[in-house]
Amino acid sequence: MSAGFYYGAEVFLNGLMAGVMYSLVALGFVLIYKSSGVFNYAQGVMALFAAMSLVGIQTGQVPFSHLINAMFGTNVHHFGWHLPALLAILLAAGVMFIFAVLVERLVLKHLVNQDPIFLFMATIGLAYFMEGFGDLMWGSEIKKLDVGIPQGGNVWIEESTAFLGGADFYGFYLDSLDIVATVVAIILVSTLVLFSQYTKTGRALRAVADDNQAALSVGISLRTIWVIVWSIAGFVALVAGIMWGSKSGVQFSLSLIALKALPVLMLGGFTSIPGAIVGGMIIGVGEKMFEFLIGAPFLGGATENWFAYVLALMFLVFRPQGLFGDKIIERV
Amino acid sequence: MLYREAGDYKTSYAEDNQTFPIKFDRVAYYVLLFVAFCVVPFFINDYWANAVLVPFLIYVIATLGLNILIGYCGQLSLGTGGFMAVGAFASYKLMTAFPEVSIIIHILLAGGITALVGMLFGLPSLRIKGFYLAVATLAAQFFLVWMFNRVPWFYNYSASGQISAPERTIFGVNVTGPNVDAWAQYMVCLIFVVACAWLARNLTRGNLGRSWMAIRDMDIAAEIIGVNPLKAKLTAFGISSFFIGIAGALLFTVYLGAAEVGEAFGISKSFLVLFMVIIGGLGSIFGSFAGAAFMVLMPVFLKNVLVGGMGWPTDVAAHFQFVIVGGLIVAFLILEPHGLAQLWRVAKEKLRLWPFPH
Repeated sequence: MSAGFYYGAEVFLNGLMAGVMYSLVALGFVLIYKSSGVFNYAQGVMALFAAMSLVGIQTGQVPFSHLINAMFGTNVHHFGWHLPALLAILLAAGVMFIFAVLVERLVLKHLVNQDPIFLFMATIGLAYFMEGFGDLMWGSEIKKLDVGIPQGGNVWIEESTAFLGGADFYGFYLDSLDIVATVVAIILVSTLVLFSQYTKTGRALRAVADDNQAALSVGISLRTIWVIVWSIAGFVALVAGIMWGSKSGVQFSLSLIALKALPVLMLGGFTSIPGAIVGGMIIGVGEKMFEFLIGAPFLGGATENWFAYVLALMFLVFRPQGLFGDKIIERV
Repeated sequence: MLYREAGDYKTSYAEDNQTFPIKFDRVAYYVLLFVAFCVVPFFINDYWANAVLVPFLIYVIATLGLNILIGYCGQLSLGTGGFMAVGAFASYKLMTAFPEVSIIIHILLAGGITALVGMLFGLPSLRIKGFYLAVATLAAQFFLVWMFNRVPWFYNYSASGQISAPERTIFGVNVTGPNVDAWAQYMVCLIFVVACAWLARNLTRGNLGRSWMAIRDMDIAAEIIGVNPLKAKLTAFGISSFFIGIAGALLFTVYLGAAEVGEAFGISKSFLVLFMVIIGGLGSIFGSFAGAAFMVLMPVFLKNVLVGGMGWPTDVAAHFQFVIVGGLIVAFLILEPHGLAQLWRVAKEKLRLWPFPH
């Protein structure tokens, strides 16, 4: 086997891992869409907000310090503590829970029975709101997120695979962070599946996803379910935020990964959790391989910006409901 | 008493079908046109033109275009920024390739080219609907911006990757380039706005507009009663993109003068125009004006109050602006999903009776 083949394989593996990162974001979309029919554009900003809150809580930033300083001419910035990572993650999850309650109280409750397109646009508004709110609360500078996840190339894998290629092949380069993310994603998905299959709340969630009118009539409280779902989505956003934040710092561009998750959803189908995972992997591998084989040599690079969309678009023309989505039935 | 329709008799079909059937509306419309054409140009200064009026007029055209697509035809599009970029780059290529042809023709042609591109990206709308389509139009947004960034032919191989508008004149008056007067910018945009609004208004109440609305309300039922979805959807995409292309061309040539594609026509531009449509009112020509005015004026107002009045740092004020825009969008969707246009309609209903209670 030539070294070129192994480089290709390395790109393939890295694409697979990048795909898992996309799946993490896509998962939050699917959860909310399935149970409330809301296509939550704010998922990416939720990840950003969660990561910002985590950093803020961990390093003891004073919330709204910029605003307070601007209004009262004071100069507050830090409480001066540094919390352990696990406690900070728990507190950040608490913040996301409060956020879920507020979203249900202030937004969703009032938009019941509206066109889905209105709900979608409301979440775009929500995304803008949270973006500004997060920046006001924690400041807009790029923050470093460190919860103790190892980073950089994994030396063990690199050394133990070096024998495969020839003299100019040094083994597969895989980022430890991506490996951790993959493991976390697997744990998260299996927990979610177990939760929705074997608990009472999970069964209620599936009932609402199936038919919310019927669920209402057997006594399931839609509003409670929505709070639960948005909390779970907030938690998934937190996990995604931790992974992406550790990888590239907590900054505005983190919210744009939501846009990357959209083609993943289109490919996998909006209603399928396995679809989100498989779609993520296809997109991850597809865009890395396209960049490696065609984009960088022939098209001037940076094709990753659009390849996922065009792939999903072409795919949709042939299968409008995505790979695993429920068949779209239209009645007059 | 001020606003009434009593005594407004119509004796012919033409009168019955006119755009403003109520006399008061008609008079107000002509007064507004008179003020816009004959008064404002003499009092306009650089600050008002650059901060408020010219961007307002340009965004009105873009909002009209997107409103045709979303509000009248019901096809959600997030590719507005990309289509504006097509208009800008098409006008740039035309202006540099044929310097002797009038810029008005270039801008119209740029709109035409954008219409073709829009119809191309509108093709999937025949198969996919709703959110799926919205995401598909994102493909247009990202692909077009990438293309204008990476293919040097589009920016004439300039080293910076920027495009800058060469100087062009209409009747001997500079309308593009650095030495342009505020009133000239304003007049060019105004003429395009009036023409576009007239076109949009008449299209939407004609045969074509009705087929769009039928598709919007229920596409299967529309198909059964004989509306051709291929024709309705593609014309909606084409005409919408024509307007958006003109807006993009004007934004680049008349307003900005120089543009870098990722910055001037990014995804945030798509959302800005979408917000204008939502806040103004889906499916309303007046709403397009109101929404554009609101979204252009609000940042100026906030900046003056927060930075100028209360002395906040600009970055905090900018974040605050995000909070307010987002909050307003949600509030509008909850309280008044049909936007400012609906508020205007309600106000007119009230004015009909005012000052009597019944």
